[in-house]
Amino acid sequence: MKFVDEFRNVGAARALLDRIRATVTKSWTIMEVCGGQTHTILRYGIDELLPPAVTLVHGPGCPVCVTPIEMIDLAIGLAQRPGVILCSFGDMLRVPGSRSDLFDARAAGADVRVVYSPLDAVDLARRETAREVVFFAVGFETTAPTTAMAIAHASDLGLSNFSVIAAHVRVPPAIEAILAAPDNRVQGFLAAGHVCTVMGIGEYRPIVEKFGVPIVVTGFEPIDLLDGIAMCVAQLEAGRAELENQYARSVRPEGNRAAQALMAAIFTPVDRRWRGLEALPKSALAISDRYAAYDAIRKFNLTSARVAEPLECRAGEVLRGLLKPPQCPAFGRNCTPDHPLGAPMVSSEGACAAYFRAGRVAEATEAE
Amino acid sequence: MNATGMQCPADLRKDELIVLGHGSGGKLSAELVRKVFLPALSNPILDRLNDGAELNLDAGRIAFTTDSFVVNPLRFPGGDIGSLAVNGTINDLAVIGAQPLGLSAAFILEEGFPIAELRDIVESIRDASRQAAVPIIAADTKVVERGKADGMFITTSGFGIIPSGLELGPERAMPGDAVLVSGPIGDHGIAVMSAREGLRFETTVVSDCAALHGLAATMIATGGKVRCMRDATRGGVATVINELAASSGVEIIIDEPAVPARDAVRAACEILGLDPLYVACEGRLVAIVDPADADRILAAMRRHPLGEGACRIGAVTRKHNPRVLLRTAFGPTRLLDLLPGDQLPRIC
Repeated sequence: MKFVDEFRNVGAARALLDRIRATVTKSWTIMEVCGGQTHTILRYGIDELLPPAVTLVHGPGCPVCVTPIEMIDLAIGLAQRPGVILCSFGDMLRVPGSRSDLFDARAAGADVRVVYSPLDAVDLARRETAREVVFFAVGFETTAPTTAMAIAHASDLGLSNFSVIAAHVRVPPAIEAILAAPDNRVQGFLAAGHVCTVMGIGEYRPIVEKFGVPIVVTGFEPIDLLDGIAMCVAQLEAGRAELENQYARSVRPEGNRAAQALMAAIFTPVDRRWRGLEALPKSALAISDRYAAYDAIRKFNLTSARVAEPLECRAGEVLRGLLKPPQCPAFGRNCTPDHPLGAPMVSSEGACAAYFRAGRVAEATEAE
Repeated sequence: MNATGMQCPADLRKDELIVLGHGSGGKLSAELVRKVFLPALSNPILDRLNDGAELNLDAGRIAFTTDSFVVNPLRFPGGDIGSLAVNGTINDLAVIGAQPLGLSAAFILEEGFPIAELRDIVESIRDASRQAAVPIIAADTKVVERGKADGMFITTSGFGIIPSGLELGPERAMPGDAVLVSGPIGDHGIAVMSAREGLRFETTVVSDCAALHGLAATMIATGGKVRCMRDATRGGVATVINELAASSGVEIIIDEPAVPARDAVRAACEILGLDPLYVACEGRLVAIVDPADADRILAAMRRHPLGEGACRIGAVTRKHNPRVLLRTAFGPTRLLDLLPGDQLPRIC
């Protein structure tokens, strides 16, 4: 398969591994930010192929995982109202709120539908004029432009029965929060390639300068990740801290200006608590006042109370790279993908779920 | 209207819809049977319209199975709910080593369903049943109110005879055994998804929907030791291999680069965020065989039209806490587990 197979080539992987082995002289801890990258690392066993001196820890870049419980409760509550059709991406339906998930709500009679694009939800609103169609929007800067486009499209059409619960989040504030924590152990970052395809790389330069850490914008195929790790290790060994772009085939330095303009028109950055993390300044995208008519939270006057995470769950430490999933006492015991206690066990791209699915739970329990 | 401009008064009109009366057991029901079902599915046993089918069989081990079909959409590239119902039920018999002899089909129709579409599906059942040489010997129709069914549901049952001396079973896999798959995986699932509302995409992939009893008989006829077979339907090849590992209490290692999948299926899976190993097939079987006979059985499969793309994809490694591992192209292995539910496309 063209454009994919060359980035999964075994010979190329061996060459990159040799390069990393030849470069590394000290121990380094590198965090990949995006859940898609975590998924690839576990899928191909890349962490097992690296020299022991290079430790990968897994960042908070799974949008499903970091959506706060109270947002999910809001969506479930809204879905249960008569006349409402709640749409979201399939991944989101299985994420537990404080009592149930959207699949449970659907089984109990709510009209909850899976869409593949927010524009499908706009089309649904055009067809179902007597119903309120609400799109539950999650994702980083990668999916935010499509939500923005859906709102702009609904506005152009003058639709009054379409609105959005916007739970979009931004990567840079999360990286800053991890680096600013006194117990941080991350020495270099692989930034999320697709986020940078939209946003460009400029936002990361001040972080590199402020904290003196290398950031390598990296793709999602195994060769991309090995290449990104090799670039990061080379910087660390040379004592450099620079912003580099491994994923140049997709990421232009300035990003996608049209998408950025659309996002700037529709959204405003706001502070928000992430599931498993504390409130992060300007870390979320809320719908701007101009498009308030499309903001389901204001339209339906939704309010939420903060819901406490289970005490046993140490997701916060996992998401900040302080703990590997199998080191959490609940991992694979009280916390599994079928009965998740915390955010990273929820979606297949969460670090805990990725470890569990890859069978690392067996190793953890067998080792005892 | 026919070509001569005369209208046959007894003919069901092309634009006619299923009404509740078609399930009443009265005149309309009889007409539906006479005009739609019997012309397509006619055979001496069914034509008697008796309450049950009567057959004379030589004594032997009878195999019996039943399956329901609720596919959405009803038609997809390479098949429809009708061919799926026939082939799916035949395959359940084929993989336990039975020679299928007859099927029953029960239809639940939704009020308002176009009779022309029903006729097409019944003809597809006829074609699949003829091609497989397995007749429909009993049938039933019920109609439910509009909104109470998704167009049409079909439940098929089937029976057959297992030749004496043949012992297949999911608990028979042993360390050292070879794991075979009869062809490229995931065609059916991708073909159905490409036709699904809200997801429609262009693809060259057509469903692999086919009756596998001929292929299974060919494998058995080699005289090689086949321990067990299973057709990979919903949940795909990964799910089937997990089921076999659990029944036999063994660990199985699958060699990821050896698993056959078409480029178009792999590409669609990349876009949708799916793993082809979990995508449904309807004309592929997984077999666990004695390693000494594996090459012979594989060669026989490849000579059969439905086994041309057969491959050896892994091995049973040891008696163990049952699990399936996948050895990736890069060398490390990872768990290939059962999914908690349907595969859901990832967000990013």
